[in-house]
Amino acid sequence: MPVYFSEADLAVVAAAVDRLIPPDDAGCPGAAAAGVPDYVDRFLGAFSVDPPRIFAGGPFSGRWGGEASFGEWLPLGPMEDLAWRTRIEGSNGRAEREFNGEVLGLQQIYRDGIAALGADFVDVDGTAQDQRLSAVPEFKRLLYQHACEGMYGDPVYGGNKDEAGWKMIGWLGDIQPRGYTDEEVESREKLEIRRPNGKSSA
Amino acid sequence: MADLDCDAVIVGSGPGGSTMADVLTAAGWSVIVLEKGRNHLVSLEAPFEPSGDLSNDEIKFLRRHFLGPDPFLEPRTYRRTSADGDRLFTGEVNSLPSTVGGGGFHADGKLPRFREEDFHLLSARGPIDGAAIADWPVQYDEMEPHYAIAEKLIGTAGDAGKNPFEAWRSGPYPMPPGPDMFGAILTSEAAAKRGLHPYRAPTGVNSIFYDDRPPCNNCGFCGHFGCPIHAKGDPISSLRRALRTGKCEVRPESYVKEVVLDSRGTRATGVRYLDIANGNTEREVRASYVIVAGGAFETPRLLLRCGVGNSSDLVGRNLTYHFQTFSVGIFPFSIHGERGRSVTHHHDDFIVPGPDEMAAARAAGLPYFRGGTVEHGGGGTPLQEASSYPPGPQHAMSMRDSAIRDRLFAFTLQAEDLPQLDNRVDLDPKVVDAWGFAAGRVTYAPHKHELVASDHFAPILEQLMRDAGADFAFSTTSPPQGDLDLHDVSPLGIAPASRHTMGTCRMGDDARTSVVNGEGRFHDVENMLCADSSVFVTSTGYNPTLTLVALAHRAACLLAGVKVEPTTPMEL
Repeated sequence: MPVYFSEADLAVVAAAVDRLIPPDDAGCPGAAAAGVPDYVDRFLGAFSVDPPRIFAGGPFSGRWGGEASFGEWLPLGPMEDLAWRTRIEGSNGRAEREFNGEVLGLQQIYRDGIAALGADFVDVDGTAQDQRLSAVPEFKRLLYQHACEGMYGDPVYGGNKDEAGWKMIGWLGDIQPRGYTDEEVESREKLEIRRPNGKSSA
Repeated sequence: MADLDCDAVIVGSGPGGSTMADVLTAAGWSVIVLEKGRNHLVSLEAPFEPSGDLSNDEIKFLRRHFLGPDPFLEPRTYRRTSADGDRLFTGEVNSLPSTVGGGGFHADGKLPRFREEDFHLLSARGPIDGAAIADWPVQYDEMEPHYAIAEKLIGTAGDAGKNPFEAWRSGPYPMPPGPDMFGAILTSEAAAKRGLHPYRAPTGVNSIFYDDRPPCNNCGFCGHFGCPIHAKGDPISSLRRALRTGKCEVRPESYVKEVVLDSRGTRATGVRYLDIANGNTEREVRASYVIVAGGAFETPRLLLRCGVGNSSDLVGRNLTYHFQTFSVGIFPFSIHGERGRSVTHHHDDFIVPGPDEMAAARAAGLPYFRGGTVEHGGGGTPLQEASSYPPGPQHAMSMRDSAIRDRLFAFTLQAEDLPQLDNRVDLDPKVVDAWGFAAGRVTYAPHKHELVASDHFAPILEQLMRDAGADFAFSTTSPPQGDLDLHDVSPLGIAPASRHTMGTCRMGDDARTSVVNGEGRFHDVENMLCADSSVFVTSTGYNPTLTLVALAHRAACLLAGVKVEPTTPMEL
């Protein structure tokens, strides 16, 4: 269930980010299947829950031992609340958000961007999709930034489903509290490392 | 004096402010530490357990400004010279963390000392046109005991006697070095074959249990991240000791607005600050001494804002960074630089100009130039890497191939940046922060010295990378040079990316040519001190933190009358 987008918006975002990080036959699932649309949706809807989903908890994910705590989102301070609400919602004429002028929020930028790509974006072919993306270069840049975050950021933020982005590149992700042994640091070979549950992740 | 809140109020909880708090509370003083940022370092309630907020999380630390400053709330502006107009860029300019622990958070804690010559560059090497080179009012022999104590207070791992360029030492490092990263084994072997002298980097990272904290387990999320297991000693060790005395109160989310002076304007009575967590309510702390330690950007910004300490017109001026040259090698095999500390070796050969350097200097019309320490490092995380590739069908292939993460190793030359009067921090005429105060503005362009040095050393470093097995090597600098297309600049941005910020309240004996004296006291305000790298006279070619801690330690000892015995060289 999306928290911010409509299903139609989510489909446009999915089609768009799949042009930026497309699937291939060498292990890339593509940005859409890797969960980028959900990453963006959770980010734009971060303030629909409390604490807002801006800063994940710590110190450990639990994937490499220790107690899992990334899901215990950290409360924002008042100024962080101001910053992230402004970034996401825009300044909307509120003086305390406009100390350096008006701020267009990410929600508005996505609404405008999705509208510019067109309601039929999911139906046109890849070449046409690429042309429409190139016609909105600022939005394309933002989408790519978020696509990278949703591919390679921690799964707790909603993207990187089943660590799809990390698996594709052999990245182990967060590694605390296991860390790497001195041998794994110094070795010429990149030594393979297995999860505590026995699954290989490298 | 009954109406005082404490003996000393310290503005800023980074390595300098924490060291002050540590020494002064041990001497029986009461201190209040005001920190603008939030607290993610250590519980402020006994028994002062380390925080669990830190994690291996790229989004939190690299994209969402978890350690601050958030460039929306606290924008900074940058221009190269006044010819760029009021500003070229607004946003994040060389920000050190704004949080309890300050600039100790951002680094993987390389803690070299300066050399003897660094404290008297003018006498040793002479002037250079256009640069405000001067000797320091304190010399290495007086600093040595404080360096030795600082290494113990922070917890430093290193290998004494292995670097032929190191200054004399009274004793060994408190901890042995940690493991060598694979890439640094290759590059240090290559450097040694060319007659250079690589050595294991002194780092404020535990290699054994030390100060109740565990050894580093090589997670690799080091530079720009807080340590989830608190194996980095700086500055948690100092702050915890201060807190345990019961004489230290740390107040996070306290934005110091101004230093308050008495009616004559020569004594500080305290500071006024905004209590952020309580609706930015204005409060005051009255103290016998005011110690500013906000770093070499925020300290001058505060002083310029309230017009304190600046009869010399030097507050904010002579801003130095290190002029960084990055020489990168791309290898045909995995370097797996994410395993281990970010840097495990240095070489210092480029700090002392040899015949080749003197010839190159003369050819460029300079009397000499100096480089700096060279860090052998690698690492990098996938989100940083991904953003460096363009979108499209080749994205996934580039990421799997990972030329610029898994197969990359890098030298960082932390080259001496000469002080120049017009390189400065001042107040932006228009841009403000979320509290309505003028944003700090950096005006910075390198001197010819830095550019000539970079051009000289970069090809040597590239050759070392090829010797070490790289397929190819190339170099960039920070800040980038040449014509700037603002839409297509270095991934490090157009402003200096070095977090080594120095010089904006330089120390000296003469009140006309310096801001503070050799004990860190302001010439203009008798009971106000500076305890951060603002006081540096020259930038040297070494990472600044250990020296700023040693200077803060010395200033605190002189202030509180703590006697420190002179030292003599150890047997090697």
